[in-house]
Amino acid sequence: MEKNQSFTHDDHHGFPWKHIIGFILSLVLTFAALFVVLSGALPTTMTLAAIVVLAIFQVLVQLLMFMHLNEHEGAFQTISMAFGFLIALAVVAGSIWVMSFGM
Amino acid sequence: MNMENIKDFLLHDFFVTGEPMIYMADVAIILVSLAIVFVLTYFKKWKWLWKEWLTTVDHKKIGIMYIIAALAMLFRGGADGLLMRAQLALPNLHFLNAQHYNEIFTTHGTIMIFFMAMPFLFGLINVAMPLQIGARDVAFPYLNAISFWLFFFGALLFNLSFVIGGSPDAGWTSYTPLAEKGLDPGVGENYYLIGLQLSGIGTLASGINFIVTILKMRAPGMTLMKMPMFTWASLITSVIIVFAFPVLTVALAMLTIDRLFGAHFFTADSGGMPMMWANLFWIWGHPEVYIVILPAFGIFSEVISTFAGKKLFGYKAMVWSMIVICVLSFFVWVHHFFAMGAGPAVNSFFGVSTMLIAIPTGVKIFNWLLTLYKAKIRFTTANLWALAFIPNFVIGGITGVMLAVVPADFQYHNSYFLIAHFHYVLIAGTVFAVFAGLHYWWPKMFGHMLNERLGKWAFWIFVIGFNVCFLPMHFVGLMGMTRRLYTYPADLGWTPWNFIETIGAFAMGVAFIIMVYNIYWSARYGERDTTGDPWNGRTLEWAVSSPAPEYNFATIPEVKSLDAFWEMKKNGEVEKWRKQPLEPIHMPDNSYRPFVISVLFFIAGFGFVFEWLWLGVIGLIGVFLCLALRSFEKDEGHHIPVEEIERTERAAGRL
Repeated sequence: MEKNQSFTHDDHHGFPWKHIIGFILSLVLTFAALFVVLSGALPTTMTLAAIVVLAIFQVLVQLLMFMHLNEHEGAFQTISMAFGFLIALAVVAGSIWVMSFGM
Repeated sequence: MNMENIKDFLLHDFFVTGEPMIYMADVAIILVSLAIVFVLTYFKKWKWLWKEWLTTVDHKKIGIMYIIAALAMLFRGGADGLLMRAQLALPNLHFLNAQHYNEIFTTHGTIMIFFMAMPFLFGLINVAMPLQIGARDVAFPYLNAISFWLFFFGALLFNLSFVIGGSPDAGWTSYTPLAEKGLDPGVGENYYLIGLQLSGIGTLASGINFIVTILKMRAPGMTLMKMPMFTWASLITSVIIVFAFPVLTVALAMLTIDRLFGAHFFTADSGGMPMMWANLFWIWGHPEVYIVILPAFGIFSEVISTFAGKKLFGYKAMVWSMIVICVLSFFVWVHHFFAMGAGPAVNSFFGVSTMLIAIPTGVKIFNWLLTLYKAKIRFTTANLWALAFIPNFVIGGITGVMLAVVPADFQYHNSYFLIAHFHYVLIAGTVFAVFAGLHYWWPKMFGHMLNERLGKWAFWIFVIGFNVCFLPMHFVGLMGMTRRLYTYPADLGWTPWNFIETIGAFAMGVAFIIMVYNIYWSARYGERDTTGDPWNGRTLEWAVSSPAPEYNFATIPEVKSLDAFWEMKKNGEVEKWRKQPLEPIHMPDNSYRPFVISVLFFIAGFGFVFEWLWLGVIGLIGVFLCLALRSFEKDEGHHIPVEEIERTERAAGRL
């Protein structure tokens, strides 16, 4: 592998619109989730559904706006994304399974 | 607020009072601080300290600072351990009271894991890994400095607790609801939460830094499967860090919100779920075990292969077993709380997944043994630590499989059997490894060898003391002695074992003193390493002079195979490589900001510990200003001219 190859193929010139929009979107999604829970306006199942949907959008914003998902880098990216989803699944589904205490 | 109130606050809430040992510590802290200030002023070293160390972005210096801080924390954590052993030496002692004992086992565990084991390994990774891959620094040197200083000030904040405000006392696992405000008022647990949060951010940044360094900055020709084993271990460890540490960050933040702002994530009432803390803690906590053991495996691989004078047996199997351990480490966390009652299906799954990890670990053990098989072994101090690791670690591994058997675990759990198990893996694994690594890479850091005679004395006393201390814990554990017990009655038959354990613990203390004396003695009189390759090494860090120059490699070598430097020596290519034409070398600039931003984090952290939100906000505004200033900074680094490289290389006898 070549030494010191550039880390991103991003264009570093111009105003970083992508990052600004991503930042605002991530804040909006976070506060929306907080609001849904704190307001208590929706029934529990609806609240849960709403924060899960907001969380999925949050993941997409992070991956597309900040984490260079659409800059193809081949096998490394595929493996790391797959591993990331595997761990996320283990943490979320595993916690639900473990914390249900056999019920 | 009048004078009386302020006095009352200072004496009852702020400073820890009424404990003779704490007063002694106060005096010691003040005297040592004054001595440091005096020495720095007398020898006019303030500027040197600032320019060469506090603002440095050089990976080798950052590594050395990590190691110094980790040794200091080993002293602190070790002193905690000795206090516990003194208290338990005989039944019905009142050397420490129950509260004091709770605080000490909490700080012992927390400090040893977060502020000793991890930073020690990070120090060795920082020193050796970039050299092993033929790089001139890590990918993000400025971020590396931030990582170190965040760890340093996180550790400082945590350690402040025992003289200001009171220590945390809910165990290093800080289980809720005990660690919640209702059951544990005061600032102790806040110190735990915020100290770990600060150093955890630094750890996460290090993980990313090491991954990018290893994937992007290897010397030409070094494919992944030609990387030294320690570099592989660093890579896999970093991957685990990146996926595991966010869970800890979130869990700590949630508990902080509970304690500071009255939320109910983990409380026992108002819809909180206290057991979720244990769940989240161990989702991070089990991968953490591999974060501190995989780099240790990497060190042993390097040391054993060097002193056996042989290529590592089964290189590919070693790499794949680490990858398998990395994946499995995320699927075993429930074995830390089988007794919580998650049900037979859950417990069976996690029991089996835990036992599976023994397979790749066993593969590694056999590979080390087969590397040693029929080798002409050199018994240096570094290698002695590596050789002692194998049998001692296997004891810990076997008790680990015993603990993974769920029905049996209901008997062992929370007993001294468990304490014996995890000290056998953590000390025989991680601590032996950092000692091996310290002796092995010491010449590369400082240009002189550590004395072998003193090193071997320390080794034998430590290893014997370690077994004398921890082997009997298996037996008292099976006799029913539970962990975190501050004293015990005389008629249970535990007394002789406990007394023996205490003797062993103090032997380890003696060995530590010999080791520190060795560092002093060797700095003054130790043999100088003029070749840069004192061990007849195999990997690229031994190709450069000792101590390694600022730019590491005057010219970057071309890597053709595993054990690159060994092959260069065998094929007579070293002279040819050294005679390559020089070019100016591009290096990163020093910066004061990583230090300053971490001081500001520390100030904010102190504010949040005492729930003085105004101070917390002031600190965070400072942090934000630093971030903003950095983002407008043009940091192009500097070039070291050819003449200066020639001068440095000539001074090292290389031109």
